[in-house]
Amino acid sequence: MAEYVIIGNGTAAVGCIEGIRSIDSDGAITVISGEEHHVYSRPLISYLLEGKTDLERMKYRPADFYEKNKVNVVYGKAAKIDTKKQEAILEGKGKFGYTKICICTGSSPFVPPFEGLDKVKKKFSFMTLDDALALEKVLTDKSRVLIVGAGLIGLKCAEGIAERVGSITVCDLADRVLSSILDAECAAYMQKELEDHGVSFMLGDTAVKFDKNKAYMKSGAEVEFDILVLAVGVRAETEIAKQAGCDTNRGIIINTKMETTAANIYAAGDCSEGYDSSISANRVLAILPNAYMQGRCAGINMAGGSSEITDAIPMNSIGFFGLHCATAGAYPEDGEIYEERTDKGIKRLYFKDSKLAGYMLIGDVNRAGIYTSLVREKTVLDNEETEKVKKMPSLAIFSDEKRRTKLGGVV
Amino acid sequence: MKRVFVNEDWCLGCHLCEYNCAYANSGLSDMVKALKGKDIFPRIHIEETDGITYAVSCRHCKDPLCVKSCIAGAISIEDGTVKIDKTKCVGCLTCVLVCPYGAVAAGPEGAAQKCELCLANSCGSPACVKGCPNNAIVYEER
Repeated sequence: MAEYVIIGNGTAAVGCIEGIRSIDSDGAITVISGEEHHVYSRPLISYLLEGKTDLERMKYRPADFYEKNKVNVVYGKAAKIDTKKQEAILEGKGKFGYTKICICTGSSPFVPPFEGLDKVKKKFSFMTLDDALALEKVLTDKSRVLIVGAGLIGLKCAEGIAERVGSITVCDLADRVLSSILDAECAAYMQKELEDHGVSFMLGDTAVKFDKNKAYMKSGAEVEFDILVLAVGVRAETEIAKQAGCDTNRGIIINTKMETTAANIYAAGDCSEGYDSSISANRVLAILPNAYMQGRCAGINMAGGSSEITDAIPMNSIGFFGLHCATAGAYPEDGEIYEERTDKGIKRLYFKDSKLAGYMLIGDVNRAGIYTSLVREKTVLDNEETEKVKKMPSLAIFSDEKRRTKLGGVV
Repeated sequence: MKRVFVNEDWCLGCHLCEYNCAYANSGLSDMVKALKGKDIFPRIHIEETDGITYAVSCRHCKDPLCVKSCIAGAISIEDGTVKIDKTKCVGCLTCVLVCPYGAVAAGPEGAAQKCELCLANSCGSPACVKGCPNNAIVYEER
């Protein structure tokens, strides 16, 4: 009988379990969970602090998920993989033999070596449920919060606690918010929305030194705070894979079947570096849908089925205080950029080589998925179709025949 | 399983399906109270381009991207029907980001919503189909 071991208990692990079980209903599955929690949705921790979800509802799968899928969950830290004996070795909790193993270790916060950081008492990362619960304990309606990092994590944290603290300042070395997904104009629009809800920014500036409750900024400014949140960035957890002999770069290198370069070892999710079709190269695509799909793909292959992902692209849907933003694909500057601005938002479409290469929508994100599908499928557009794409995302973009198949058939 | 299919040649573009949908999902027994003077959030919509009209609603895909992409684990498949648990949904709209049919949208309270074939409301089978005056949308096995 096959023995599957999954290191990690997040989204990719769930995908892997469901992938395995779609092929093999009997093989033994062991999940090694570093966190002492039933699988939960990590991106929901800001909504937890905001009061929009709770510990029960934020479970990513129902309470009987492991039981129904006959999964043995071991809570502990995986120390290493012995590739010769095909065993996963846990710190102080024994070892588990495997026929196939999947590394779903995710990522962890990157904390630069700030001078004086050790003297800051109330400092937090914002990645895990435990991080959020620890932060929640110290929040008061007078707290002055300094968030270092104006990316997705830092800003979702700001939104989550905005109603519960005295003030929030976000700083980032980048000159704009959400620099990984938005261009300058879209970022400025989003920033204004956050400012309208009381969040202050110090952009192009960052903390270089701390002294208890004071941050000394690169610009020379000083910021006093009660609570410090470090959201500078994340790094893929590749250590176990490295020790096991898998090739790694920024993440664990995987092919389109989620196989690492080591035999019988797969990887999926934020720890991995898989094929990104928008740049035709490998890249860490640390987004939840990707983690699930990669996990599922790995699971199917581990169980002897056949699955491949060749069309992964970066994409994000994120909102702050009710203002939504959807982005996908790549943003080539040397193609045609189509833009519409209204008082309710921005639409930017990036065309290149007769295709929609990527887009940013702020405000109206209705039917954005039609744009995403054009990007993902690299649909070639003639002039007439391009004009339809600019107008709005609709199924009218497709030929009559294609549309009739979509709406008249089982897809 | 039965799904909703579209025959665009027969669609009059009358938008009745949208009203019937909003009414069926309102939980109210009076159509006027459910719709009059209100912003409605139907789970089916008519697209109109160059004189062609057709209705678009959830395809209940066999391998749905929305289910795989939901960051809250709020979308699942039950006997072939793709369902959103709105108590779990936080309204991030990742499902809107990925649905290739544009068939998921934010509802009145911000949570995502889409056609669930009227199986869970008092209608029992798709209200849009029942009310279509020209059989341009049908509910059948294909």
